[in-house]
Amino acid sequence: MDLKDFYEDKRFVQSRIPFIQVAAVLVFLFLLIGLWNLQLLKSKYYIELAEKNRIRSIPLVAPRGKILDRNGQILVDNQPSFTLIVLRENWPLLENSLDLLAKGLSLDKKFLESQFEKYRHLPSYLPIPIKEDITIKDLSFIKAHRLELPALEEISLPRRFYREGKLAAHLLGYVGEISEKQLGTPEFDYCKPGDIVGKAGIERVYNQILTGIDGQKKVVVDSRGKDVALLESIEPVAGNDLRLTIDLDIQRAAEKAFQERAGAAIALDPRSGEVLALASRPAFDPNSFASRISKKEWDDLINDPRNPMQNRAIQSRFPPGSVFKIFMTIAGLQEGILTSEYTDYCSGSTVMYGRSFHCWKKEGHGRVNLHQAIINSCNVFFYHLGQKLGIDKIAYYAQNMGLGQKTGIDLAGEDTGLVPSSAWKKKVLKAEWYAGETISVAIGQSYVSLTPIQTARAFGGLALGGVFKTPHVVSGNELKRWGKTVNVSFESKFGLNEETIDIVGRGLWGVVNEWGTGRRAAIPGFDVCGKSGTAQVIGKDLKVSVDSKAEFEDNAWFVAFAPLHLVEIAAAVFVEHGGHGGETAAPIVHDMFQVYYDAKTKRKEGHQIAMDQVILTRSN
Amino acid sequence: MFGKASFYLKDFDWFIFLLAIAIAVVGVVEIHSATQYNRTEKFYIKQIYWIVIGLIMMLAVMSVDYHTLGENVPYFYVLALLSLIAVLLFGQRISGSKSWISLGGAFSIQPSEFVKIAVTLSLARFLCEIRTEFLRATDIVKASCIVGLPVLLVLMQPDLGSALTFIPIPLVGLFLGGLRPKWILLFIILSVSVVGLGWYNLKGYQKERIYTFLEPEKDPLRGGYHSIQSKIAVGSGGLWGKGVSKGSQTKLGFLPERHTDFIFSVVGEELGFVGTGVALFFYFLIVMRSIHIAQTARDKLGIYITLGAVSVFLFHILENVGMVVGLMPITGIPLPLLSYGGSSVLSTFIFLGLIINVRMRRFVY
Repeated sequence: MDLKDFYEDKRFVQSRIPFIQVAAVLVFLFLLIGLWNLQLLKSKYYIELAEKNRIRSIPLVAPRGKILDRNGQILVDNQPSFTLIVLRENWPLLENSLDLLAKGLSLDKKFLESQFEKYRHLPSYLPIPIKEDITIKDLSFIKAHRLELPALEEISLPRRFYREGKLAAHLLGYVGEISEKQLGTPEFDYCKPGDIVGKAGIERVYNQILTGIDGQKKVVVDSRGKDVALLESIEPVAGNDLRLTIDLDIQRAAEKAFQERAGAAIALDPRSGEVLALASRPAFDPNSFASRISKKEWDDLINDPRNPMQNRAIQSRFPPGSVFKIFMTIAGLQEGILTSEYTDYCSGSTVMYGRSFHCWKKEGHGRVNLHQAIINSCNVFFYHLGQKLGIDKIAYYAQNMGLGQKTGIDLAGEDTGLVPSSAWKKKVLKAEWYAGETISVAIGQSYVSLTPIQTARAFGGLALGGVFKTPHVVSGNELKRWGKTVNVSFESKFGLNEETIDIVGRGLWGVVNEWGTGRRAAIPGFDVCGKSGTAQVIGKDLKVSVDSKAEFEDNAWFVAFAPLHLVEIAAAVFVEHGGHGGETAAPIVHDMFQVYYDAKTKRKEGHQIAMDQVILTRSN
Repeated sequence: MFGKASFYLKDFDWFIFLLAIAIAVVGVVEIHSATQYNRTEKFYIKQIYWIVIGLIMMLAVMSVDYHTLGENVPYFYVLALLSLIAVLLFGQRISGSKSWISLGGAFSIQPSEFVKIAVTLSLARFLCEIRTEFLRATDIVKASCIVGLPVLLVLMQPDLGSALTFIPIPLVGLFLGGLRPKWILLFIILSVSVVGLGWYNLKGYQKERIYTFLEPEKDPLRGGYHSIQSKIAVGSGGLWGKGVSKGSQTKLGFLPERHTDFIFSVVGEELGFVGTGVALFFYFLIVMRSIHIAQTARDKLGIYITLGAVSVFLFHILENVGMVVGLMPITGIPLPLLSYGGSSVLSTFIFLGLIINVRMRRFVY
């Protein structure tokens, strides 16, 4: 059969060719419209997308400002640490490679999943940090898997470094990733997710001053994330360095003196309210928060029975024991009940309201005047004084010296303490005040409980004649330097008679310098004045297990100022289960004051040498 | 018969030939641009070799009277089926499909590209032997079997994209061969329901592709990635383009398969709307010229062969360019003459050779 025979009847087939022609024209029109739309109508949009495609933004995290002590010694600074991040812009998410990632970087897959989940709703320009402090091994893994894991990038993150470890941990605080809850608050309105913010202490209160401005590096990259060229680099601006009023040497002396004991110590300059030392023991190491803290580590800290996270200097209240007798004395003198000639008789105990109250000295102090009563801390003397004053007078004077209320220190979470009054009892306990209860309060037991910070402030204030400055750890001048106008030199005045101050001052001087309970705080030439306190633990809290003897030990206080005239420094030390205040707390005050006094004499000597040199050069 | 070749040569279609060369040259330039950072393989050099071989094969195909080719259709058809079976047995598995046979060294071919030629010729031969004005049902079944058998083998690879490129051959063939208008209507209804049924038999990744085609921005970093990157490349080219070798999308590697399936994105980015418009216009001219050749062909066999070739050519352009501009779903179908790839270049030149063959022999000497 010859195929050429089939040409005759081609007319029908030919008649249908035009349809094909039309279809072909339509196809080309369709494609032309597509190209027209992309390249002419929407080209601007796609040019923008193409630009973005080429550019990878790598965050340059600004280091936080350093924290310095009053003499410029560095307490907190930063150390470079390499962190692995996952960039999310323009790269396929690594979710398919999670297994590879987890294995190669020895990470928990669940952790990776939760990190990815957490960032899913956040803007894509925020990279996901997945591993801190990466090792050489991690780095070589990333380099070797550039192809499969193009969105990985290692960046240098400044990591918070607390040079002194646990020293002043509660004061300095720690940093951590901002929480979702914090993000919504006005306090952190300048922060973005993933930012490292202060979580406690100075780091938190002055977060805004310490926080820098993050920069950004823009690099041109190929689709595998390989850098091809640097486009622009906005350098990060470091946070401001913050100078504290703290004196590192005094702080160190205080914490060293505590040894293994728990408690708190505060030293401050009552003339300005500047806090020179603020210690709380036991402490935690804020460095362990600087990198991601493991849940176990955190739980251990939280559940530690010694409660290392608690800042005992400002967040805990304790019955002040005999320390309270000083405030009783002031009330008595101001009210005219006491005079320097006033005497009382101590037989070792006294019966009041049908109950006998004991002095700490069984055989009694005999006849004592006020000065002796203070030095020997005679309970009976103050029982009688308490009865004469009544609870509401006591409360009036105590509260006016700032006891039982927040001092307003520039740290978070301060406790109020408690100075009871009849009104308070009615309101809170819904009961009448019994006169017998006043007797316990008179020697600083029962309901009365004070924070170390307010006690130190009160002692400093009375030494100044009734001027109580608000304690602070950052000076007003320092705040002004960073454009903050926080009124930190706030003070409250409570006029005390000169005679009152004179009698109380001499009494406190006697406690330390006349072989009273505070002799361990004495420093020759510095005229230290102070009062010990020993507050019972047992009796109030019988639930304490009988086996652990240490928990029955009394709590020890020592509160002091120096020198007697023209006061410069005040301190309060509290030692948990420290036994007698004069034995465990007074030495700590001593060590703090000693450092202060030595530095002062050194300064003076230096000044003297300089003066001598001036004289020498002149005479030449 | 070969002696007559010189006699026909004055009717050689320089028009189609030069347009094809022009497009191929643009292709070489853009393949070079797209792969300039690949130091191990010089794709544009290899493409030039393929084009030269393609031209030789085109001349060879032209020189044999298409009637002779039509007479030998059974051999081509069996050869085609054997090549598809061979690929299933000995093929290389590349990204999930066994579509390639290695020729040794760096060269490998995709038999399905050549099978299309055999199928085109077979269907043309079958259709031109039908003497009735309208097709009978048995004719349609037979025609479907001729195309269906190799398509089935391609689907077994599995290569859905390549299988799809066979579809226009019977569509155009049956339409020309005398499909009754009501059957055309029936066919449209049938194909719609087949698409619906087929949906349930698609593999997961295939469904995914279709989903992401419908809405690529929904999942920009996985399935929709290619489509979006291609649109960014083409769109950012604007009117004049970024210039040869200056496309950031291309150079920085955001474009997938940029020297093969997505070569038109590179053209769009670097040569702009002017470049894509001219390229599209050249394709348009080749298609229109070919349809004209069909209209002036000497007989039905010539018409069927020419329009079969045109349908394959046109479908590739529609699907590939449509995919590049985001109007069609992503399938691994090359763009004739522009895309890198020996099989595509060779089969395209063979198809063009067939078209020119028909033109050269449009008069009875």
